Amino acid sequence: MYSYSEFDSAFLARRNAQFRQQVERRIAGNLTEDEFKPLRLMNGLYLQLHAYMLRVAIPYGTLNSAKMHKLADIAERWDKGYGHFTTRQNIQYNWPALKDVPDMLDALAEVGMHAIQTSGNTIRNVTADHFAGAAADEIADPRPVAELLRQWSTDHPEFQFMPRKFKIAITGSPNDRAVTKAHDIGLRMLERDGARGFEVIVGGGLGRTPMIGKVVNDFLPEADLLPYLEAIVSVWNQVGRRDNKYKARIKITVHEHGIDEIRRLVEDRFVETRKTFSGVDQQMLREIETHFAAPSFKAASEAPFKNAYHGDPVFRSWADTNLTAHRAAGYKIVSISLKKHGETPGDASAAQMRLMADLARDYGHDELRISHEQNVILPHVHVSDLPALHARLKEAELATANIGLISDIIACPGMDYCALATARSIPVAQQIATRFEDLKLEHDIGQLKIKISGCINACGHHHVGHIGILGLDRAGVENYQITLGGDHTETAKVGDRAGPGFGAEEVVPAIERIIDAYLDLRTGPDEAFIETYKRTGMAPFKSALYPETKAVAAE
Amino acid sequence: MPKTFTPKVVTANHLLAGDVIYQTATGWTRKLEEAEVLTDEADADLRLIEASQQVDVVVGAYLADVAVDNDIPQPVHFREEFRATGPSNYAHGKQVELQ
Repeated sequence: MYSYSEFDSAFLARRNAQFRQQVERRIAGNLTEDEFKPLRLMNGLYLQLHAYMLRVAIPYGTLNSAKMHKLADIAERWDKGYGHFTTRQNIQYNWPALKDVPDMLDALAEVGMHAIQTSGNTIRNVTADHFAGAAADEIADPRPVAELLRQWSTDHPEFQFMPRKFKIAITGSPNDRAVTKAHDIGLRMLERDGARGFEVIVGGGLGRTPMIGKVVNDFLPEADLLPYLEAIVSVWNQVGRRDNKYKARIKITVHEHGIDEIRRLVEDRFVETRKTFSGVDQQMLREIETHFAAPSFKAASEAPFKNAYHGDPVFRSWADTNLTAHRAAGYKIVSISLKKHGETPGDASAAQMRLMADLARDYGHDELRISHEQNVILPHVHVSDLPALHARLKEAELATANIGLISDIIACPGMDYCALATARSIPVAQQIATRFEDLKLEHDIGQLKIKISGCINACGHHHVGHIGILGLDRAGVENYQITLGGDHTETAKVGDRAGPGFGAEEVVPAIERIIDAYLDLRTGPDEAFIETYKRTGMAPFKSALYPETKAVAAE
Repeated sequence: MPKTFTPKVVTANHLLAGDVIYQTATGWTRKLEEAEVLTDEADADLRLIEASQQVDVVVGAYLADVAVDNDIPQPVHFREEFRATGPSNYAHGKQVELQ
């Protein structure tokens, strides 16, 4: 894992001292809110519905036990004893007092963390595949490049006042778990004739105008990455729309100019930017790579795992859903579900954070990841340690066996916390999870991604959910639109809107009707929901969702 | 006929704590039921201006519609309901702290 250099630490200390003074001036009344707001946003501090909210960056979702322990300490000391992991691999504290925020930032700096550029019209925290460095299907670990991007983009003078925010995601695997096609820039690592490079995707995004990103360069040599990205951001910075905030994201720029024209502009600009890079960035990348060396994997008997698997049905159920193939023999990737039925997706108490940190230290080569699906990953666990690990997870109510199933729902904070929300999303997730737990159906249903957003900004990724739910305010009442057939992977697709929305009380029955239709339509248990949808299209699901319309049409 | 004026309260977030507050005749309260109900449009606009000037106390003051029941203001929109009580996913925040 990357650890801060003296330069990094000194930069952060200066920045935190500067923000401490800004907070003091605001509290003393020497800065107005209009003056203070852009300053606090640059440091990740929002004012939400009920309180301030501090969004802390977890670069490319990677943590060690010391960092996770610190996040727990902060939750307990300055918040209400919990934190909320987000769809951008960050953590949010929902209840800090303004005067405490500088102390929280200093505490974060002790473990090399910060909240810089988690808001504002800048390049945001770079996200990555949460299985990076561990996945069996990986070409290369994307995190060194993600760290290079973090260093390049942090406080980059040209990119502090852009038309709008800018998000980059990177994956080193052909199976895209980082939603690269729904980011301003998506990077997919490739190998061609023994040389490493990137497929560069530009202009993806969700929000009010969802767009799937387009390939601007199908193979960019690794060494050209920073000058090429600088060319893209710089072209957008120049031709992007500043007249209308809703048309300012690069997805609109690409849409309006066309990908061919954008490519031409980028290539022209690239000629200039490339000259300014002397190769020092590649030297830095080589140095950064040394921080991400694979752990020394151990060899041990797999017998304890096999015994538990055959002897304990609860362990077996968890192992069947929450483990993923690892590139090292005898190892598995463990997904810890933060989606216990009825709980808030993505929330973890300080005690749970500490336990996960301890498990990473005891069994997981001291590594943790946060997934954009709001779960915590232990990327390197030997199977012989899984029975003991599972037992400790159970004690902390962290052993829910539902990864990838109907209750493993992404939900944005919605109107329970967020000032922008138009409806709630968490209670909808809680009700769906609880209902299908009562029905004991979720393992029969199998792989299914439900994603819920409480406004059109789509933090809950509803557009790319197999079932997407969007909460809106319709004449002062919460109303939920349902989309079907969205896909967040390398075959990314925006879901199709099913029809008129549903009131809050009608959402769970509507989801049940969709699931009943799927169970009826599928060719067998091996055909996942999304495959059935691709085969049948919307029609049978629409009939199930709106039975009264069908009855009227039949008359 | 003049348009009926929906009664209002002045609400904002507290600068230091960040939590939801309501204006009273003499200051601020954390309880909606203690808020000053404004039934006259000109008066409401004036009270909002007065609130907005308190830049070292409040952030983002605005007028919120209320329904008045036995002289006690009640939220009209569901957003104001959550602001008055706290998150609905489980009991924490204002609904617990004000008890």
